[in-house]
Amino acid sequence: MATPLRLAALLLLVLVAAFASAARADLVISRADRKVDLTSHIVRVLTSLKVENAGSEPVSKVLLAFPNIQAKNLAAIRAFGTEGKVKGLSSILPIEVVEPSGVPPELTFFSASLHKPLTKGKILHLDVLTVFTHFLQPFPEEITQADSQLVVFQDSSHYLSPYPVKVQTLSIRLPGGRVESYTKYGNTKLVDSELKYGPYEDVPPFSYNPIIVHFENNNPFAVAKELIREVEISHWGNVQITEHYNIVHGGARLKGEFSRLDYQSRPYARGVSSFRHLIARLPARAHSIYYRDEIGNISTSHLWSDSKKTQLEIEPRFPLFGGWQTTFTIGYGLPLQDFVFSADGKRFLNITFGSPMEEILIEKLIVKVVLPEGSKDIDVSAPFPTNQWQEVKYSHLDIAGRPVLVLEKPDVIPEHNLHFQVYYKFNNISLLIEPMMLITGFFLLFVACIAYMHTDMSISKNSPSYLAKLQWDEVQATVQQIQGIFGQCLAVHDKLETSLHDLSRTGDAKSCKAARKAADAQLKELAKELKPLWLSVQSSPQSYQIWPKLEDLVAKEKELQEKLMARHATVVDSVEKKQRGQDIENRIASQQQKIAALRQEVESLLEYLSEI
Amino acid sequence: MAAAASTMLDSLPAPLLRALRLKTKQQELLLRVSALALIYVLAFAVRLFSVLRYESMIHEFDPYFNYRTTLYLTEHGYSEFWNWFDHESWYPLGRVVGGTLFPGLMVTAALLHRLLRALSLAVHIREVCVLTAPFFAANTTLVAYAFGREIWDSGAGLVAAALIAVCPGYISRSVAGSYDNEGVAIFALLLTFYLFVRAVNTGSLAWSLAAAFGYFYMVSAWGGYVFIINLLPLYVLVLLVTGRYSQRLYVAYNCTYVLGMLLGMQIRFVGFQHVQSGEHMAAMGVFFLLQVFFFLDWVKYMLNDVKLFKSFLRITLTCVISVGTLALGIGTASGYISPWTGRFYSLLDPTYAKDHIPIIASVSEHQPTAWSSFMFDFHILLFLFPAGLYFCFKRLSDATIFIVMYGLTSMYFAGVMVRLILVAAPAVCLISAIAVSATIKNLTTLIRSKSKSPQTTGKTTGSKAAAKGAVDQPLPFQHNVAVALLLGAFYLLSRYAIHCTWVTSEAYSSPSIVLSARGHNGGRVIFDDYREAYYWLRQNTPTDAKIMSWWDYGYQITAMGNRTVIVDNNTWNNTHIATVGRAMSSYEDEAYEIMQSLDVNYVLVVFGGVTGYSSDDINKFLWMVRIGGGVFPVIKEPDYLVNGEYRVDKGASPKMLNCLMYKLCYYRFGELTTEYGKPPGYDRVRGVEIGNKDIKLEYLEEAFTTSNWIVRIYKVKPPKNRS
Repeated sequence: MATPLRLAALLLLVLVAAFASAARADLVISRADRKVDLTSHIVRVLTSLKVENAGSEPVSKVLLAFPNIQAKNLAAIRAFGTEGKVKGLSSILPIEVVEPSGVPPELTFFSASLHKPLTKGKILHLDVLTVFTHFLQPFPEEITQADSQLVVFQDSSHYLSPYPVKVQTLSIRLPGGRVESYTKYGNTKLVDSELKYGPYEDVPPFSYNPIIVHFENNNPFAVAKELIREVEISHWGNVQITEHYNIVHGGARLKGEFSRLDYQSRPYARGVSSFRHLIARLPARAHSIYYRDEIGNISTSHLWSDSKKTQLEIEPRFPLFGGWQTTFTIGYGLPLQDFVFSADGKRFLNITFGSPMEEILIEKLIVKVVLPEGSKDIDVSAPFPTNQWQEVKYSHLDIAGRPVLVLEKPDVIPEHNLHFQVYYKFNNISLLIEPMMLITGFFLLFVACIAYMHTDMSISKNSPSYLAKLQWDEVQATVQQIQGIFGQCLAVHDKLETSLHDLSRTGDAKSCKAARKAADAQLKELAKELKPLWLSVQSSPQSYQIWPKLEDLVAKEKELQEKLMARHATVVDSVEKKQRGQDIENRIASQQQKIAALRQEVESLLEYLSEI
Repeated sequence: MAAAASTMLDSLPAPLLRALRLKTKQQELLLRVSALALIYVLAFAVRLFSVLRYESMIHEFDPYFNYRTTLYLTEHGYSEFWNWFDHESWYPLGRVVGGTLFPGLMVTAALLHRLLRALSLAVHIREVCVLTAPFFAANTTLVAYAFGREIWDSGAGLVAAALIAVCPGYISRSVAGSYDNEGVAIFALLLTFYLFVRAVNTGSLAWSLAAAFGYFYMVSAWGGYVFIINLLPLYVLVLLVTGRYSQRLYVAYNCTYVLGMLLGMQIRFVGFQHVQSGEHMAAMGVFFLLQVFFFLDWVKYMLNDVKLFKSFLRITLTCVISVGTLALGIGTASGYISPWTGRFYSLLDPTYAKDHIPIIASVSEHQPTAWSSFMFDFHILLFLFPAGLYFCFKRLSDATIFIVMYGLTSMYFAGVMVRLILVAAPAVCLISAIAVSATIKNLTTLIRSKSKSPQTTGKTTGSKAAAKGAVDQPLPFQHNVAVALLLGAFYLLSRYAIHCTWVTSEAYSSPSIVLSARGHNGGRVIFDDYREAYYWLRQNTPTDAKIMSWWDYGYQITAMGNRTVIVDNNTWNNTHIATVGRAMSSYEDEAYEIMQSLDVNYVLVVFGGVTGYSSDDINKFLWMVRIGGGVFPVIKEPDYLVNGEYRVDKGASPKMLNCLMYKLCYYRFGELTTEYGKPPGYDRVRGVEIGNKDIKLEYLEEAFTTSNWIVRIYKVKPPKNRS
């Protein structure tokens, strides 16, 4: 094991340095309690310090020291300070990296600035929460499917501080399960899954006393190598979130074979170090949730929702063993009014920064906020520093593209799941641009169609086929008019028919005669109308196909007219002579048949013409 | 349609009727256009079952290759695509993709994608690929309408469009996600035929040119263009023999053939086959024959002397035939004209493939068609087809002769190979449409003539004669019978529609990548094992890993797993496939040597013994043996059989029980209880307890097995250190 050796060397250096800079000990830490939480793969250390100003000068800064190897894994540090004896309202203290003179380069210093300087003899309660990633090293680094995963935790049993510490304790919470080994000093006990060091008294500044805990941790080591989170705002009422994950199991690598049989029959014994699902807590009114990857939809997911939250349990296509990775995408929609607000003429998006997944470490998080097309004056306020730049995205019906604000941050942990705001200006009128574009587009299309139908696209205006086409159109138009006239003729015939019916009912021969006269006049009129049309068709060279039919039609109609008139006359005559109904029937029976046949023929001819 | 329009009009009150009569034509047009629009939408919508049932995904095997190439085309542009050398398949040989595929489908999809992008619609290329086939199927209905109108009347066209919109034989290859060449090729095929028939009917150069371009599109899309290039000369020949030669035919065929041939040569995969391959020689022969015919015609016209002409005819014919035969003989002998390929032979002779090309025979869709699948795919069309033929023969014209020939030849091919039902589907629909349309038209005329006469005269007697003329004496109950027949026809057609919908939703909408079954409680259980395995390969193997599997899965592994494969569905190198077949059917140590020589890192097998998925590798295994044995005589089929019987239980042959495929499929299967009340190691597909439960692997180790055991992946161990 090389690391403990390196640590020991470091310790030596540290001690040497400590003696060199003992002069700064104005502050004294009267009590330091550290609680280390090792239950997941993200290590959280909560240090409660009781800082006392033993010097005479007021102090406005408290230094916190970490070895470099820890500092590079430090994902978040937060300090809360309360002055006085009572643990009242604590306030967040600003923290920055400092490099005080005369300290060894192996240490990284952070300084917490107090809101008001700590005067002599006063006591400050300082709670420091530090979160480390990649702190637990799997050992052995490769395990088989049946093994459980063992990890090593290294730290110091003494609190590393530039100040002397009077009393201190360290308690380490382990996830339960087997503890392979741990460094034993005096005052060390392991109770259940809690390892306790201390209390130690009067420890000089910069003392470092390495400890190693080797224990079993089978909690999912879910590490997202990269997460691209796209938040797309639509002012039609939706905030669409799309998250592209690239997840890897960051624990001990699997060696040897993966046996599905073992995994299925004894999942807790064989495959205990793997994880098969992840849980995402989405906002309450999330809807249209999907879960897919590059090759399609993934059908293994479950969703629960209540009024407070929506819980999505997703199962990757295969269980993840150490070193295995997978990629997938989840997406969901959120109601606009829950996340976008307006203030001072500006709108702002207020949404959480990190991933909704539980206990996931994101090595590189890229948040893209896609604002609607036409947004201006974009401004962001994030609770921690991020890399920022702007892009343009083209989506449906975009012309200028949508402005995209990109935020990038490495090593994101659940503690970073804070709200951030993006301010922008957007005019509601811009919403109508796209529908208007569509309407105009379709309108133009139809106009183009109409224009096409009404324009003459033929190249040569005097080619025979073109002329023939024109003539044929003309003939068709005339034929249609002729049809109309014949239709009217038939209507007149019907009228005659009805007058006969009336006659048989009322016996009023006079009115019947009048009707015949009127009909006669009408028919004559129609014949007059027909004449010019008739001639024009006759003269047209294109009418050779239908000419015989037309001729036939005219002849038949004429015959029909005559027959009808004759019958009408006969009937009226008979009625005037007071003949019996039966006799009349007999007299006109033959005519009746002919009329019916003629009428049929005329109609079929008309039909034929209409089908041209 | 006109009939329907006017019957509707008859029911209107008289004054209104008069007013509307004038517009019958417009009304008919409106009805026709709206019916066509509805059919268009229906054809598209009915193919979306698969998207609703499953998801918007690519189906089956070949479409994955097409999708992958389309993706490449959209990402890298056309010239890169044209020059693409794919080193991810056929390791270590690779494949010249640009020169060995029909680019029509990919280019179409890429163009559609670009068009949508230009309209600023941000759609993914996958969605375009998924919907390409339904879109083209919808377009096919329009072509079918035009074709039907060309050969019969617009009524037949409409019926044809409606029939083809839902015809299961066509739907089977054109549901959403079935992104295969056939999807656009059937459209191109029908379009070419329609344009050609139109050209023959009009004798216009413009239509012939259009037909040539249609043919070009077909050549670029599918190897089935060989059907066109053989059917057209056959048709011309039949017209010549039946004395229907005309100038129109001369113009249409010559223009289409010459231009189509030149255009077809632009496709790299086809190249100079139009002048060099035996399959294309018929078209060329007929081309020359037409010239001779034309020449003789001209000479006859000039000579004006029967006797002289006869002797001239004799001399010319002998010369031409001998020159033609000589040219063909020399061409074939010198190897300039390649002989017919095995695929072509297997089309003409159903038994050919079984004896000579096992790799073609091994594909289930290359099997001869069973009657049930004809019934399944055509339903009532099967009965309407002969009726339609009758109508066609009753009204013979150039166009009906064409459709008859298309129908008969394609029906023969459909009988030879299941997948060619697809080619027959348009012909069957068109011919059946003629039957339906003609029958319904006759019936409605009968009914209309009846219903109209009482209206005009008030009496029934006497008017009948007037209706049809005195010659057509009415039969008793003619009216009622006509109504009954009409109702019967509508009943049949509605049964057809119901059948088609059912078939589409039940049988043809499964992507075959995702399997689904009914669970105990009636719910749907989804087996997504293929994608599980492919995604595992994609994520958790080295990017240069070589995967060995049976060729069926090659395209899917490269497309979804993004890894190099040894063989894939483009079965161009039989020896390479045989090598894989040999490895699968050898003992582990022999197989290890083969795998080492091919740099194989992983072996993938498909196994259905746990779920009862029957198209797995054990059931395909005999084909591997046959194909392997065809090249490497060490592999002998009888070694794997016991008394000619293929079994996997205790009675199986020792070679079978210890070959690589058996070991990989059944590794540790003997410890698993698959079904209640059965011994462990009970294979649910074969229905037996396996014969070798104690399988030890020496050179391979299990790398991944999917949750339902359908796909099992093994890692080939590196060679041992020399000691």
